Amino acid sequence: MRKEEKMNQWSNFSKGFFKENAVFTLLLGMCPTLGVTSSASNGLGMGLATTFVLVMSNLVIALIKNLIPDKVRIPAFIVVIATFVTIVEMTMQAYVPALFDSLGLFIPLIVVNCLVLGRAEAFASKNNLVSSIIDGLGMGLGFAMALTILGSVRELLGSGKLFGIVIYPEDYGMLVFVLAPGAFIALGYLIAFINRVKKTA
Amino acid sequence: MAKTESTLKNMVLTLLVITGVAGASLGSMYELTKEPIAAAKLAKQQAAIKEVVPEFNNNPGEEVYEAQSKEGFTLKFFPAKKDNQLVGTAIETMTNTGFGGDVKIMVGLKPDGSIINYQVLEHKETPGLGTKMDVWFKTDKDNQSIVGKNPAKNNLTVSKDGGEVDAITAATISSRAFLDAVRVAYETYNQNNPAVEKGGKDESVE
Repeated sequence: MRKEEKMNQWSNFSKGFFKENAVFTLLLGMCPTLGVTSSASNGLGMGLATTFVLVMSNLVIALIKNLIPDKVRIPAFIVVIATFVTIVEMTMQAYVPALFDSLGLFIPLIVVNCLVLGRAEAFASKNNLVSSIIDGLGMGLGFAMALTILGSVRELLGSGKLFGIVIYPEDYGMLVFVLAPGAFIALGYLIAFINRVKKTA
Repeated sequence: MAKTESTLKNMVLTLLVITGVAGASLGSMYELTKEPIAAAKLAKQQAAIKEVVPEFNNNPGEEVYEAQSKEGFTLKFFPAKKDNQLVGTAIETMTNTGFGGDVKIMVGLKPDGSIINYQVLEHKETPGLGTKMDVWFKTDKDNQSIVGKNPAKNNLTVSKDGGEVDAITAATISSRAFLDAVRVAYETYNQNNPAVEKGGKDESVE
């Protein structure tokens, strides 16, 4: 019994990375995915910020889910999410100004990331506290992983760097990968690749 | 625990409580981070001043003065002095013609008006394109660099507009905005320091 529960929580956590990965499988949260991933570190930063918001909002919503009348649940969820996003924004600005400089513009957009609202609506409002936190953590880290992979690909092809470390001279980079169309192209190929792997696995 | 029913009273009450709690927690968070945010901004400003002027031993932050530009922007001037001799002025300048709105930079001018160095403070340009301005205009390659140039003698606009500076690849608008901010700084500096004359006597252009 105990063991079974443990197994369930493990699959609850790990589903976010592969089976139900927000970016590669569910295609949720495309706006930040395409917008911030011009470099690997931006992708990682955005992913971790989203993870924090996701875990906290899942936690709070799992706690108060019975108190919220059904008809006003969406505005209630949004207020909770927006609060945590603003907290992240202020904390980042105060303690990691360098990261805030490159991500600042996109942080408020976490509010409208359908991944966060989607998990609140589809999972946290129906499950208990522990499962909700684990779900938020798994989904968030899966999202961070996807963004980091996409960011690395774009940074490497576009500007010849990886996490800011020069791999080859920038002049040989394909500029299009830094631009918005490159985001779509890279994401498309990554999804195709992941689907292929999933089929054979 | 039973699910709360969707009556009007319940709905109004729940939303009221939730927004109230959210507002209160944000308020206290704001109080908590206000000082670190201000400190981080100040540290950035100090670092930027150090970056754009030669070595000094006064406190430019204390001798700061403000001036309005023609365009109505308020510019901050930080005079850097060594042994009471003006060695350069760090100017916090801005423009609103950026691709994403305002662009704020700190540019250091020698007393004769030539550019020592610059530092980008705030902008909302496209990541990977316009954001390259932080190093582009001080990289000594082709006609990219504006370091050592004097706006009185050099036409500091992008080559597309007939100037002599190479714009950032695929970010001409951001480049124009950047150079515009430099121009605003130089013009306002001249207006407020009529003694400083164009070109100057000392040929310190490197």
